[in-house]
Amino acid sequence: MSLTTAHSVVAPSANAKLIAGTIIVAYALISIVPLLWIFATSFKTPPDSIAYPPKVVFQLSIEGYCNLFTTRTRQTPEYINSLGPATGFCDETVRKRNMVIAGPSNFLPRFVNSLIIAFGSTFCAVFLGTLSAYGFSRFKVPLADDLLFFILSTRMMPPIAVAIPIYLMYRELGLSDTALGMILLYTAVNVSLAVWLLKGFIDEIPREYEEAAMIDGYTRLQAFWRTVLPQATTGIAATAIFCLIFAWNEYAFAALLTSGTAQTAPPFIPTIIGEGGQDWPAVAAGTTIFLVPILVFTILLRKQLLRGITFGAVRK
Amino acid sequence: MAEIRVQNLRKAFGDFVAVQDSSFVVEDGEFFVMLGPSGCGKTTTLRMIAGLELPTGGNILLGGEDVTMRRARERDIAFVFQLFALYPHMNVRKNIGFPLLAQGMPSAEIRQRVEETAKLLRIDHLLNKSVSGLAGGDRQRVALGRAIVRRPKCFLMDEPLGTLDTEFRDLMVHELRELHNRIHATTVYVTHDQMEAMSMADKIAVMNHGVIEQFGTPREIYDRPATMFVADFIGSPPMNFLRFGGGLAKGAKEIVVQGAKVAVPEVREDIAPSDMALGIRPEHIRFDDASKLRGAIYGTEYLGTTQIVAVETADGIIKARVPAEIRLAAGDHVGLSLNSARLSLFDKGSGRAVRTAIHDSASQGRAQHG
Ligand SMILES: Nc1ncnc2c1ncn2[C@@H]1O[C@H](COP(=O)(O)OP(=O)(O)OP(=O)(O)O)[C@@H](O)[C@H]1O
Ligand SMILES: [Mg+2]
Repeated sequence: MSLTTAHSVVAPSANAKLIAGTIIVAYALISIVPLLWIFATSFKTPPDSIAYPPKVVFQLSIEGYCNLFTTRTRQTPEYINSLGPATGFCDETVRKRNMVIAGPSNFLPRFVNSLIIAFGSTFCAVFLGTLSAYGFSRFKVPLADDLLFFILSTRMMPPIAVAIPIYLMYRELGLSDTALGMILLYTAVNVSLAVWLLKGFIDEIPREYEEAAMIDGYTRLQAFWRTVLPQATTGIAATAIFCLIFAWNEYAFAALLTSGTAQTAPPFIPTIIGEGGQDWPAVAAGTTIFLVPILVFTILLRKQLLRGITFGAVRK
Repeated sequence: MAEIRVQNLRKAFGDFVAVQDSSFVVEDGEFFVMLGPSGCGKTTTLRMIAGLELPTGGNILLGGEDVTMRRARERDIAFVFQLFALYPHMNVRKNIGFPLLAQGMPSAEIRQRVEETAKLLRIDHLLNKSVSGLAGGDRQRVALGRAIVRRPKCFLMDEPLGTLDTEFRDLMVHELRELHNRIHATTVYVTHDQMEAMSMADKIAVMNHGVIEQFGTPREIYDRPATMFVADFIGSPPMNFLRFGGGLAKGAKEIVVQGAKVAVPEVREDIAPSDMALGIRPEHIRFDDASKLRGAIYGTEYLGTTQIVAVETADGIIKARVPAEIRLAAGDHVGLSLNSARLSLFDKGSGRAVRTAIHDSASQGRAQHG
């Protein structure tokens, strides 16, 4: 048989690649259009944002961002004229709409709450998950299978099903509207996912590595730290992203359990709409900024995430 | 360096007994090979010596000290795993230095020791390479380096050549033995390959079903197998067995096999009438038309200087190793003459060897029975 007629049964044909490529590109476009629209809207002026037909070409403005970070009050033109010169771009923009900046909005503290709660709970879930996954993977745990099933079963109902009991419990314990309460809650929800994902990864690391280290003079904990953990980084990163995405996006519990000091960004962003007309650019600006941390985190860990998603299907 | 003394070692996993009542001694500086078929308990025994598995019963003494219940890290031994277990996130230098780091050795000294070790193994040019890019033989050497760098009391190796291809294996067998001759480290080496065992070992323990069937020098094990299992497991082709019946009396020098009288080494014990087997190595058979023990040629396997001839007798196929020059055709009838001085006798029921004159000169190769 000549080489030119030889064809592999495993490598996809050019046609198959083309079709697959087209589908993926189309899907990616469909998914990204709403995001791009939000991104564009955040740089529109309020009139442009509600113009019909929708404007694809528009005048760039950061009014949305100004409105997002400030609270404003409406004043008479006489009062505004009596003020000194505008102190910055935002000030100037706001005055053109017959308003003055009254102070910072709640967006920044809410965003910081989100960061603390999401990263804090992700850290806790991954930390606990790694240790328990290691335990399940390496030791004879009595009733291990039942325990693992129980851990998984906590994910079988939507978490919101227990919203009322948790609401009452939290009120009783004084955990309502506290960052600690939210971290505990999200950790509890995520830890089952973390245990299961990480157990898969740790199972794949041969135990000879720790055994070699233990024979060479290390304690089990040192062996775990120096030989297992470095090899589990892929799994840990993938797990961390999944946990972070859940905790970052979670809306229902946040809306129910937080209202003031510990409120996270998801329940806060919709409240922007209400303040003095439908301020779409400000909402879009809030959403855009809200997406940044997840985007950065995902881009930093994208290699690990890819392997995490395909884990089991692709071996090293 | 130290001697390893294993006494009545036993390991059960639930109802399954993986190692039964094993006893053996690895002398200081000895290269000791544990040989046996897959699943016979070699790895389990080794892991108990290492402290990775706690025994169900028995004792392990290391240099006279009872370490049976000690943690692995307190035993001062080194272990080379079958898949080497080189840490993929460290380079060669860090891998070899890892055991020294555990002792809190200053980094300058670690550096020096690692470099000495690498030189000894001729891998000093690889020190800064990542282990993932190494060829099989070099991985093997790095794993050895990590073992010897610490100068432990003894080395344990679990089929360290198992994953290498044949050609490379022969080279590494040679290299390992040469390394042993230079550093004289007490070594327990596990394998299921009899050629590896025979060519490297000072002493061999043959294991089967968790039982050590025999332990002695390669020569003892080959010439004076203690059980039919050992006789069958060692040698290629293995020992032939011919059935015979009746008892044996002390001082007997002759038995009757298939109606033919066969001279055997003088029997040293009385055996009650039972099923017996006569064991003959293929190289101890000659063709002799005068012999009453007869068979028909079944097939031949040409090996260059010798050939293996399969002869069909009344009691099944017998394989003989004869010079390649002899011309034979399938179906030819031949007489078989056996080298009387080298025959073994076995009790078929227990598989145990009968004491005969061949054991007289034997240095004490002890045999264990399960
Ligand atoms: N942790 C364990 N739990 C239950 N059974 C085990 C365990 N470890 C080993 N065994 C059993 O004990 C027996 C001996 O195992 P071992 O690994 O010692 O054999 P081996 O001689 O090293 O074989 P191989 O040549 O295949 O490596 C096997 O039947 C194995 O299935
Ligand atoms: Mg084994």
